Amino acid sequence: MNGKTAAAGIEREAAGARRRASIPRFRIEIDPVRGESPWWVPIAAVVAALAVCAVFIAANGISPLAVYKKMLMGAFGTKFGVTETLVKSIPLLLCGIGVSIAYRISFWNIGAEGQFLAGAMAATAVTIYMPDLPASIALPLMTAAGIAAGGLWGLLTAVPRAYFQVNELISSLMLNYVALLLLDYFVFGPWRDPGGLNFPGSPMFTADQSLPTFGRTRLHFGLVFALAAVLLYAFVFRYTRWGYELRLIGANPEAARNAGISLNRQLLLVMLASGGLAGLAGMAEVSGVAHRLMYGISPGYGYTAIIVAWIARLHPLGLVVSAFLFGGLIVGGYSVQTLGLPSATSEMLQGAVLFAVIAGAALGRVRVRRVR
Amino acid sequence: MHEPYAVEMRGICKQFGSLVANDNVDFAVKAGEVHALLGENGAGKSTLMSMLSGVYRPTSGEILIRGRKVNIRSPKDALALGVGMVYQQFRLVHTLTAAENIILGEKSSVWRGASWMRRKIGEIGAVAERFGLNIEADRPVWQMSVGEQQRVEIVKVLYRGADIILLDEPTSVLTPGEADQLFETLRQLRAAGKTVILTTHKLREVMEIADRISVMRKGKMLKTLSRFETNERELAQLMVGRTVSGTVKPEPRLPGKPLLEVEELEVEAGKGRKAIRGLSLSVREGEIVGIAGVAGNGQSELAEVLAGLRPWSGGRIRVCGREWKQSSVRTAIESGVAHVPENRMKSGMAGSLGIVDNLLLKTYRKPERSRFGMLRGRQNREWARSLVEKFDVKAAGLDTPVRQLSGGNQQKLLFAREVDLGPNLMIAVHPTQGLDISAAESVHRLLLELRGAGRGVLLISEDLDEVMQLSDRILVMFGGTIVGETGRDGADRERIGLYMAGMHDVPGEEAS
Repeated sequence: MNGKTAAAGIEREAAGARRRASIPRFRIEIDPVRGESPWWVPIAAVVAALAVCAVFIAANGISPLAVYKKMLMGAFGTKFGVTETLVKSIPLLLCGIGVSIAYRISFWNIGAEGQFLAGAMAATAVTIYMPDLPASIALPLMTAAGIAAGGLWGLLTAVPRAYFQVNELISSLMLNYVALLLLDYFVFGPWRDPGGLNFPGSPMFTADQSLPTFGRTRLHFGLVFALAAVLLYAFVFRYTRWGYELRLIGANPEAARNAGISLNRQLLLVMLASGGLAGLAGMAEVSGVAHRLMYGISPGYGYTAIIVAWIARLHPLGLVVSAFLFGGLIVGGYSVQTLGLPSATSEMLQGAVLFAVIAGAALGRVRVRRVR
Repeated sequence: MHEPYAVEMRGICKQFGSLVANDNVDFAVKAGEVHALLGENGAGKSTLMSMLSGVYRPTSGEILIRGRKVNIRSPKDALALGVGMVYQQFRLVHTLTAAENIILGEKSSVWRGASWMRRKIGEIGAVAERFGLNIEADRPVWQMSVGEQQRVEIVKVLYRGADIILLDEPTSVLTPGEADQLFETLRQLRAAGKTVILTTHKLREVMEIADRISVMRKGKMLKTLSRFETNERELAQLMVGRTVSGTVKPEPRLPGKPLLEVEELEVEAGKGRKAIRGLSLSVREGEIVGIAGVAGNGQSELAEVLAGLRPWSGGRIRVCGREWKQSSVRTAIESGVAHVPENRMKSGMAGSLGIVDNLLLKTYRKPERSRFGMLRGRQNREWARSLVEKFDVKAAGLDTPVRQLSGGNQQKLLFAREVDLGPNLMIAVHPTQGLDISAAESVHRLLLELRGAGRGVLLISEDLDEVMQLSDRILVMFGGTIVGETGRDGADRERIGLYMAGMHDVPGEEAS
């Protein structure tokens, strides 16, 4: 009854088969077994990002090699460079561990920036409202306030997600702007230093309110916080019961439920820890580096930390390495300004690296197969 | 010359790893008939259909469409041959309208203005009207009932020029009224000269709509019959089979005290519907109670309730004499209820974690496995190694991600974990689904060992052979309750088959 169309169909089919026979066909498919891309993918991604950015640098009429060399020297070539890089890598590492914990259970916290600011504000509040405490009380109190404020800021994302299924990507991102505006309110308003010539910042911290530094460098005690946090992070996930529960949730939430784990409760705990670490970073930054709360206290540490975490693949040792490298990228970015490039060059590099890493993670699971 | 078949499949074999889904299947459909492919879940019906629609390619065998040998590589190839498939899970974009869904992927025109869209809607309407399919082409799909969505799927297939239409379990998602409407549509398609093939496990439907019926069981094609030369009784018999294939047989033994007592259980399914209504059952020591039934009659919900994963709304549950107050996995584990879930990789295991971590899943809180909040690493590894040896799990190492193990080894690992709990009661749901014969036998042996040790087993399975071979008592579930019970000796395959198909007088509108 439909003989004509059927015959046409068969002819089309035959023609297709002939065409396919002559040219070897390749099929791109996702490897169902391989869960992760190979280890060298992040390194390849960084190289690819450097290559892409080289084009744009060259378009500015400057040799990319010279720029990269300058950045490298600026960040790692001198003692001052290295300590500056370390100073920058402290908040990156703390925030990076924070978001890594959340990412381990597939909770997409991109609110480390807001949690960082909340921690910075809370630590500053201690200096404003209890100005005369001795160092032995002031610093622990500021630390506790920073962690608590960051953790609570994290809960603002976790509670709606746990009980009302609010998407955490949106709420955590939006809360960053809330925290930023809150910061502006304090530094332009009630906490503005009266003797600061209208500078939008709190009064300078006293020596008792500042974290101790190593020797005559700007490198401060926050480094100890960061390294302790890395060790704790590695230890918890590897050896503890809680770490096991989190690994289970990350691998298969359904199976975790089958093991009698309350997913909501774990979500809240994780965000408390995740936000708390970012808050600690905020505290360390105001108390160890800026010695005051001021406008623009974070050049986007919370966002860069997301890149740091992804490049490290949430691995503790990887986090240390990538935080150090990204600290270097920020410091190196300052030094290329003398070549006539904007310091945004380093931001461009950061963005390109993240893009390449994500692409690498996705493509790493893909294999190309020849179709017979 | 005799007219060629619309579809002819010869000697089709399809293997997935070690699992043979289709074993030398011959299948022929005449042009212009409604042909039903009947069989239980896992009989290989959907696999056969998928090879016809280009989703899978046969391991061996040949396919002829209208008498010509063809090579179907993709759904696109199938459609070019006039073969279109309506899937069990619809492939529709919910935010788009019916018309947009239907023309999705069409490459006829670059410019798609309002007039082009109007013309397309007109064409779609004409196709729909010709076959009596009532759809609103400009309504978004998410606003439609399931029945309407299915009609959109059918119109999509027709609009793309298919004249051999495959429907995979088309009534599984429909209400009885919608199903009747679907049958009316199928009759009109037949009247218009289209060839229709549908898969189902419901006898009533087959007798109502099909001209010819092919029965499959365990990957093999048993028989093709005309509707007029058969009856439901014979089909039920064919579908559930006659022969007991297994070799593992239980020793007779007297059951002891009750371990599990369920009284008048009620479980909600959402939207005011009930998944389980007034179900009562008991499992005693040293007893395997088999639950037979076609999927979707409340078995999964029953298992979830007993595993502490799903709350219930009425009735009572007692395990070892202790009444459960509320749904809790911890309570279930502590009462000694082991659970082999129906989809092991989905809810029983974490595929990316290693063997040790997966074995720890239910016992990591015990003092032997962790202390002061720390896992006892070395001790746990040794324990895991001993379990792997005892249950003969073949794996490269203790840290191998379990998703790299074969299905049989995954299931053995799961059983190792659950049996090691020292359970009073084992809930095993489809425990041998997707396993090859030797793996299935070792699972059967494990269940019988539990029974021999005086434990209770609740075996929920769609494989009637398995249920009949292992169970001391067999309960048949239909429409969320137990509709029949039989002992081992009185087990009558034919009667069970009819119960499973809902052929009995049970009160309520679900009886179909």
